[in-house]
Amino acid sequence: MNFATSPVLELNLPVWRSRLLLLALFSGFAVLAGRAVYLQGLHNDFLQAKGESRYGRVIEISANRGRITDRNGEMLAVSTPVKSIWAIPDEVQLTQAQLDKLAALLEMPPKEISKRLGDSSRDFVFIKRQVSPEVADRVTEMHLRGLFQNREYRRYYPGGEVMAHMLGFTGAEDAGQEGIELAFQNHLAGKPGSRRVIRDRLGQIVEDVESIRAAQEGKDLALALDARIQSLAFSQLKNAILQHRAKAGGIVVLDVASGEVLALANYPTYNPNNRARLSGEQLRNRAVTDTFEPGSTLKPFTVAAALESGRVTPQTAIQTAPGSLTIGRATIRDAHAEGQLSVEQVIQKSSNVGAAKIALSLPAESMWNMFQSVGFGTVPHLGYPGEASGRVRPYKSWRPIEQATMSYGHGISVSLIQLARAYGIFARDGELLPLSFRRTDAPSVPQAVISPATARMVRHMLELAVQNDGTAPRARIMGYRVAGKTGTAHKEEHGVYAAHKYISSFAGFAPASNPRLVIAVMIDEPSNGQYYGGVVAAPVFARVMEGALRLLSVAPDAPMKPIELPPEGKEVKESV
Amino acid sequence: MVRLNLLLLAVLTVCALGLVAAQHKARKLFVEIEEGQERARNLEVEYGQLQLEASTWAMHTRVQRIASQTLHMRVPESGRIQVVPRSSATGTVKP
Repeated sequence: MNFATSPVLELNLPVWRSRLLLLALFSGFAVLAGRAVYLQGLHNDFLQAKGESRYGRVIEISANRGRITDRNGEMLAVSTPVKSIWAIPDEVQLTQAQLDKLAALLEMPPKEISKRLGDSSRDFVFIKRQVSPEVADRVTEMHLRGLFQNREYRRYYPGGEVMAHMLGFTGAEDAGQEGIELAFQNHLAGKPGSRRVIRDRLGQIVEDVESIRAAQEGKDLALALDARIQSLAFSQLKNAILQHRAKAGGIVVLDVASGEVLALANYPTYNPNNRARLSGEQLRNRAVTDTFEPGSTLKPFTVAAALESGRVTPQTAIQTAPGSLTIGRATIRDAHAEGQLSVEQVIQKSSNVGAAKIALSLPAESMWNMFQSVGFGTVPHLGYPGEASGRVRPYKSWRPIEQATMSYGHGISVSLIQLARAYGIFARDGELLPLSFRRTDAPSVPQAVISPATARMVRHMLELAVQNDGTAPRARIMGYRVAGKTGTAHKEEHGVYAAHKYISSFAGFAPASNPRLVIAVMIDEPSNGQYYGGVVAAPVFARVMEGALRLLSVAPDAPMKPIELPPEGKEVKESV
Repeated sequence: MVRLNLLLLAVLTVCALGLVAAQHKARKLFVEIEEGQERARNLEVEYGQLQLEASTWAMHTRVQRIASQTLHMRVPESGRIQVVPRSSATGTVKP
């Protein structure tokens, strides 16, 4: 058979047919090329985004809130991750058994859960927040539709009520709301970051594409606080308040050398781990945010101003007989008439008449300067929320009776932390230190307020005040020399002094030979019969000082002999 | 000419396969590092929780309670305290 000759090949077709076919094929190619250009070149942003959304994910990098520790590294506040369980009500279908099991796991009444899920107008409800990870895992194992979990943080305070006012607390979003948590919010808070990654079919991250924002872990914060001294101070304060059926109280312990706040406690207090029912009474950090009329604890400052002016020496005689002093229409009284007293004895016996006479011998301006320079009337600038400035009226508006009453701490108000800081000038040879809530390694720059000689003279007077013929023998402790001053003041209510409501206070330091700690104690409305600062506040000072000096291994500067208190009824009562 | 081209094709194929293998290995290592980091984070969290627990057990009030109630410890009386002054220390008083 001859294949070379085929009748088909001999057909004579018109040329246009092959041209047409060629054209059709090429236009087909052109369409493909055009489409390719469109997809690859012009439309590729959209397509790339689509593609990336299949495998690319932006994930959040969580950042922890910094921990708060005391000066020795003991944990005071730690954030740990917990879960919040939320639901889309429309999607949830629970059988009664499932509901009961869920309720038991979450420790909630089943009714409460059904009520939350019944609200189908919302597409997001929290079932429970701050669930522990273990419980959350067991909820996950139930495989319930429409129930989801989010990671969040919860802050724990192992110290509980003991440190509550100092530390404050954080809200649901882990942001500081009170106390140190609020004051150092920027330092403690972490900034969550995010990054873009590629995930494979199994959900594993296989490649880091880019870091959008680096996460910033919150920084840890070491406080000046000493947890041991803090609990000692708190328990002694609490005991005293319960014993004297007082309304409230506060205590501040300062390090004389560095100005660090070693302890700060208030009562009533609250448990920061369980803040279900809180009243303003419990929340207030009285030692910092409340002011009170300090009473006789202010007398040393009047005397210091007088000594500085050179008008008196510790031995200058002041006539306090007959135990009262009338200025205009007002009369200042002493608890009992003492007769001729030296300036030293005015402090020791806490004579109002003596202090008033010393004050009246001074120009108002120099007394005002003294109060101002030790920080009364100005905000202490500790960075703590709600610090009180106290009230010291400008000296130009003082009348003589006001100048006289201010000399023994009436008509002037201070906060407890201001009082403690001001006593530092007697403990430190006349220098006033800035306070610090944080542990500091570099000592801050002190500011000289009175001369070292005056400071030593007042320190000696304060030591006399705790002897048996002073007002505060109960402030003494075994093995150490103590210096300090009591205060008992009528409480001001609605502009008048309440007859039977008092504020008892004590401020002092030890060891007197080389002071290490300043402690100020304030007890509000002791109402169990006793109200003198020497009986109510001084023992708290003594117990806390004794324990704190032992904890800090401070060498004793007095013989280890038991303290002999004056016989019952023979104690020197201070003037109120 | 043909031989050179064939050689180049072979080299190209080997390179391409090498790239695939390297990419795969890189991803596997990356998954490992991710797992490691996740573990480090979890350990960090656990460390925090353990510190919290340690702190709770070591709370001063609890130690005090156990010392005084369970172990019957107390501060010695004045007569039983002996102060030993350091040879260099000043201001200490002999008992």
